[in-house]
Amino acid sequence: MIVNEQIAIDHGLKKNEYKKICDLLERVPNITELGIFSAMWNEHCSYKSSKLHLKNLPTKGKNVIQGPGENAGVIDIGDDDAIVFKIESHNHPSFIEPYQGAATGVGGIMRDVFTMGARPIANLNSIHFGSPQHKKTKNLLRGVVHGIGGYGNCMGVPTIAGQTSFDESYNGNILVNAMTLGLVKKNKIFYSKAAGLGKPVIYVGSKTGRDGIHGASMASAIFDEKIEEKKPTVQVGDPFTEKLLLEACLELMTGDSIIAIQDMGAAGLTSSSIEMASKGKLGIEINLNKVPCRETKMTPYEIMLSESQERMLIVLENGKEDLAKKIFDKWNLDFAVIGKTTNNKKIELYFDEKKVADIPVDTLVENSPIYDRKWKKSKLPKKIKIKKEDFKNLKVINILNKILSSPNICSKKWIWEQYDHTVMGDTIQKPGGDSGVVRVHGTNKAVAASIDSSAVYCWAHPLSGGKQIVCESWRNLIAVGAKPIAITNCLNFGSPENEENMGEFVECVQGLGEASLYLDFPVVSGNVSFYNQTKNIGIKPTPAIGGVGLIKNYKNMVTMDLKQTDNILLVVGKTEGDLNQSLFARDVLNEKNGPPPEINLFNEKNNGETILKLIDKKLIKSSHDVSLGGIIIALSKMCIKGKKGATLKKPNYLINEFEYLFGEDQGRYIIEIEKNNFKNVTEILEKNSVHYDELGTVNENELVINDKSKITIDELIKSHTNWLTNYMNK
Amino acid sequence: MDSCVITFPGSNCDRDMDVALKQFGFKNKMVWHNDIELPKSDLVVLPGGFSYGDYLRCGSVASKSKIMKSVINFAKLGGKIMGICNGFQILLETELLPGVLLRNKYLEFICKNVFVKVNNKDNPYFKNIKKDTLELHIAHNEGNYFCSKEQIKEINDNNQIALYYSDKDGKINENNNPNGSIKNIAGVFNKEKNVLGMMPHPERMIDLDLSGEDGSIFFKNLINNLK
Repeated sequence: MIVNEQIAIDHGLKKNEYKKICDLLERVPNITELGIFSAMWNEHCSYKSSKLHLKNLPTKGKNVIQGPGENAGVIDIGDDDAIVFKIESHNHPSFIEPYQGAATGVGGIMRDVFTMGARPIANLNSIHFGSPQHKKTKNLLRGVVHGIGGYGNCMGVPTIAGQTSFDESYNGNILVNAMTLGLVKKNKIFYSKAAGLGKPVIYVGSKTGRDGIHGASMASAIFDEKIEEKKPTVQVGDPFTEKLLLEACLELMTGDSIIAIQDMGAAGLTSSSIEMASKGKLGIEINLNKVPCRETKMTPYEIMLSESQERMLIVLENGKEDLAKKIFDKWNLDFAVIGKTTNNKKIELYFDEKKVADIPVDTLVENSPIYDRKWKKSKLPKKIKIKKEDFKNLKVINILNKILSSPNICSKKWIWEQYDHTVMGDTIQKPGGDSGVVRVHGTNKAVAASIDSSAVYCWAHPLSGGKQIVCESWRNLIAVGAKPIAITNCLNFGSPENEENMGEFVECVQGLGEASLYLDFPVVSGNVSFYNQTKNIGIKPTPAIGGVGLIKNYKNMVTMDLKQTDNILLVVGKTEGDLNQSLFARDVLNEKNGPPPEINLFNEKNNGETILKLIDKKLIKSSHDVSLGGIIIALSKMCIKGKKGATLKKPNYLINEFEYLFGEDQGRYIIEIEKNNFKNVTEILEKNSVHYDELGTVNENELVINDKSKITIDELIKSHTNWLTNYMNK
Repeated sequence: MDSCVITFPGSNCDRDMDVALKQFGFKNKMVWHNDIELPKSDLVVLPGGFSYGDYLRCGSVASKSKIMKSVINFAKLGGKIMGICNGFQILLETELLPGVLLRNKYLEFICKNVFVKVNNKDNPYFKNIKKDTLELHIAHNEGNYFCSKEQIKEINDNNQIALYYSDKDGKINENNNPNGSIKNIAGVFNKEKNVLGMMPHPERMIDLDLSGEDGSIFFKNLINNLK
């Protein structure tokens, strides 16, 4: 087949990109080469629209061992231990084939982590679906949950936290973001940079099939009515093989045989070989006849673009082939020497003794297109004005029940009970809390992780929204007593070719960067997913943030369940009663306008650090961050978890009851303290200039807002737990 | 007391079991499925996980592993063998234990704490155990125990039912049956009571900081019984 412009366009390349390829090669590429370019230059692999903006993110810090650019980020947690973590999207495949799409998303991110030598110790996920009334939502949700569980459970890695939301903007484009944390010794981290000449290039894992060809290009395409036709581009996962691959790789990694290792994720053998060569400033020569294939008569084009799962590429030290092969044989995995490193900085492929591709690595990586896309600045919307009569007929308890049982707030137990969250025997905080927490096996340390996104805030004002999620992630870690260390981000947006969507991206990233810089909470890894849209309509901008923190002594961990009757409840942080973009405004008043709540980074940091001080002094019995739904929703969840009630005090300043209870002002926590510690705690808060209000006291079994508004904990539990199970079983 | 845990390709609770056995005083060894002989053991454990990816049927391929010949012989000589979760599935496939495990009734994986009532204390596993019901943890997709009417009668007559899913007071009814198991059965013995298979994971309940401590009661009692 002779390549021409139309074929290039069919591969998702633009006219000018095709011209650039011909110029760089000084000839017309053959079909295999064109396939390789299209895979390397698509948005998913090249970050061509996002690169310019991502480079402004803070990525360094005293605990950062490895920032973005490797398979995953690495942070130092002391005593020679390090945590490797990353988040990745698998949105498009999951919409087309929810089970396999979600499963391979989980498989892919775990591979990224164990490629670096770390044993995965925790999984998290952030999943977003269309309106519950939409005809596809229920099946997509079921399929995605089964897929995540199917893969993670089989791997024996606990799924410790997650986030689920419903919004009609995801009707035609759901989001599935998966995150993994792994544990490694600092001196046993493996990287993807090849080094040395004539070193054997090894293929291990599953055989290569025709599945997933052009998966990365599909991830960079816009959905239309023909999307079902893309089903064959979704990869099929086999967690059993991945479990074997994990054990085999970790076994080989105990020695010193490996120079570089890279998993075959998006764009398979193409991107793994090219990334290793590029980082090492070397060339790689591969004999494609040596690649273990599952199907007959696969062409070089298909072998290079296959996204078959559970495969790895390794550059070995000379003479270590037999030792390595023995390990992979033990685990019944394919092992093949398929090529070697060279010094000509080219990717050279041979098939049936003919050279089928010859491309300078630089042209694929350093010369890949970078776009400074046009983007539109967004304005801060005007604050909403709520008239007194709008509150008139509202009853607090009715609204509380309505919000507690709403799809975005209700208990997600139906989901997380399908994930094995206790395997490995170190999960000390299960899903449903502020963060999931796992112990560092055999030590007193524990690692906390949370995953957050606030599409509504980001949609209302991307800059504030971007800041807010980083702050929320930070708060979720603080609330369990963990010192926040670093984040990973999964940036889900619409088309970068649309100025508004691009503007949302640029400003969210800016907000995210500002907050993470201020909080010293750097970004160490991440992933961008553009083109999340159906036809011309993009999803609400949904950056998801995965935060990781350290608890030095896990006995000091705090949970959110109320502990003891008569204990005092404080709200830490100032309650102004901001209802803009609150669940109350949107779900009760049907008011969708207004700016997101304001972020004050100074208060955020100061409040958080002071809470940590109180936790260190063992003065906090339970704590929970105040987010969606405001104080009353946060408190209700603490009541539900602890099966205890609370009696509220009247606020000691003038504020509308609804604004006080449902306002979503940021930087706040509810904490439970013992009566006799009241003076001690409030002195510390005052000394650190942290605002607090007395919220009330813990009681046996009733939430008492005032004389007229009360509700038993059993009723609260009912409101909170039933919606999702009923919805799924209807 | 010497114990060993067998690792099959796809086992994933092998380490957890090793940790638990050692915590309660067993000298534990890990055994690879391709080995031929068992080390000297007072207890052999088949751990949970997804041996051979649950392909064909859960436990079926593993039941034909090389080491299983020795395990079956060990059982026939009266050796103590305990299968947890996937280990239980493997023991059923070897026919050392009666019955089968089907897909959970609601077709979903379940991971949560449950209560089980100890039905038979006249055996090395539960003899002298102080509690009548234990809070344990389950995590499985295929834990729906089933057998024929004749078999039910037989295992009942032989006192082979080890555990029932129950409420915390030991009451057994459909409300506390998590997976649709016939008669709420959560674990069974062979006729001789030296082989035990059960779905709940005692090794995940050995620490107050985890899900609870009833697993500790089980292991402490077990090692005393075997002494």
